Amino acid sequence: MKAEDIAKVLKAKKLSLSGEYALDKEYSMVFATDLMSDALAMIQKAPEETVLLTGLCNAQSLRTAQMLDLELVVIVRGKELNEEVVRMGSDLGISILATPFTMYEACGILYREGMRSVS
Amino acid sequence: MSVIYQKTYNVEKDDYANAGLVSSLIKQSLRTIGVSSAVSRRVAVAVYEAEINMIIHAYGGTITLEISDDGAIRLIASDLGPGIPDIQKALTPGFSTASKKAMELGFGAGMGLPNIKRNADEFHIESSPAGTVLDLKFQERE
Ligand SMILES: Nc1ncnc2c1ncn2[C@@H]1O[C@H](COP(=O)(O)OP(=O)(O)OP(=O)(O)O)[C@@H](O)[C@H]1O
Ligand SMILES: [Mg+2]
Repeated sequence: MKAEDIAKVLKAKKLSLSGEYALDKEYSMVFATDLMSDALAMIQKAPEETVLLTGLCNAQSLRTAQMLDLELVVIVRGKELNEEVVRMGSDLGISILATPFTMYEACGILYREGMRSVS
Repeated sequence: MSVIYQKTYNVEKDDYANAGLVSSLIKQSLRTIGVSSAVSRRVAVAVYEAEINMIIHAYGGTITLEISDDGAIRLIASDLGPGIPDIQKALTPGFSTASKKAMELGFGAGMGLPNIKRNADEFHIESSPAGTVLDLKFQERE
């Protein structure tokens, strides 16, 4: 799924768009968690195709993405990230979307669209 | 084998605002030096978990990055206590004594030390009330 289509189905606000976002990049996997060490444990393959879905709206969700070479983070439940955190994301080349849906709904929507779990 | 690069970073206790900064700097220098993305990712995950542990569980300390002429990468994370009473227990996936503040930061899954162990090619841990030392080595995997 392209980032643009993910944004559309999740009715997401685009908080930060990196260069990669605009390209015809395909994402195929999602890992959803509020616990960063779970993401750090589970995302081991194809980080460039993996989306991190989280309710954690502080800098650590972006730091986690940075360590794992992830390029797209989706914040759920319509939470706002402060400007400083958004700027950090764009400096790191990480695109950030914010969806009004809950974690459960966002997972359901992306699953229906064909996105799968990390393997 | 000799060390061709060495740098030590300070990690401050309870410095939640800058948590992950040292790991970020280390990851950036590895990429600049030309370390592969696979190895830098493993180092980054391990050092990030270690840095967070030093902030949320310990009184801060230092992280040293060393690179040898054969390409081996060594990380030494050394903190100022209070130490880990039962290392075996601490290494068990899911075991955590994380505070509410640490949970708010997104940590406390009890997966940090197991993550560090899995990502490193060599893993040594020593702990006493004076502090915990993690000594890790990384190299290209076939
Ligand atoms: N540097 C340290 N100093 C003192 N205690 C530590 C240190 N590192 C880990 N511990 C202890 O070991 C436990 C397990 O650590 P581990 O990193 O695996 O999990 P966690 O930090 O609790 O959660 P997570 O890393 O998944 O966010 C901690 O809860 C803490 O009790
Ligand atoms: Mg930890």
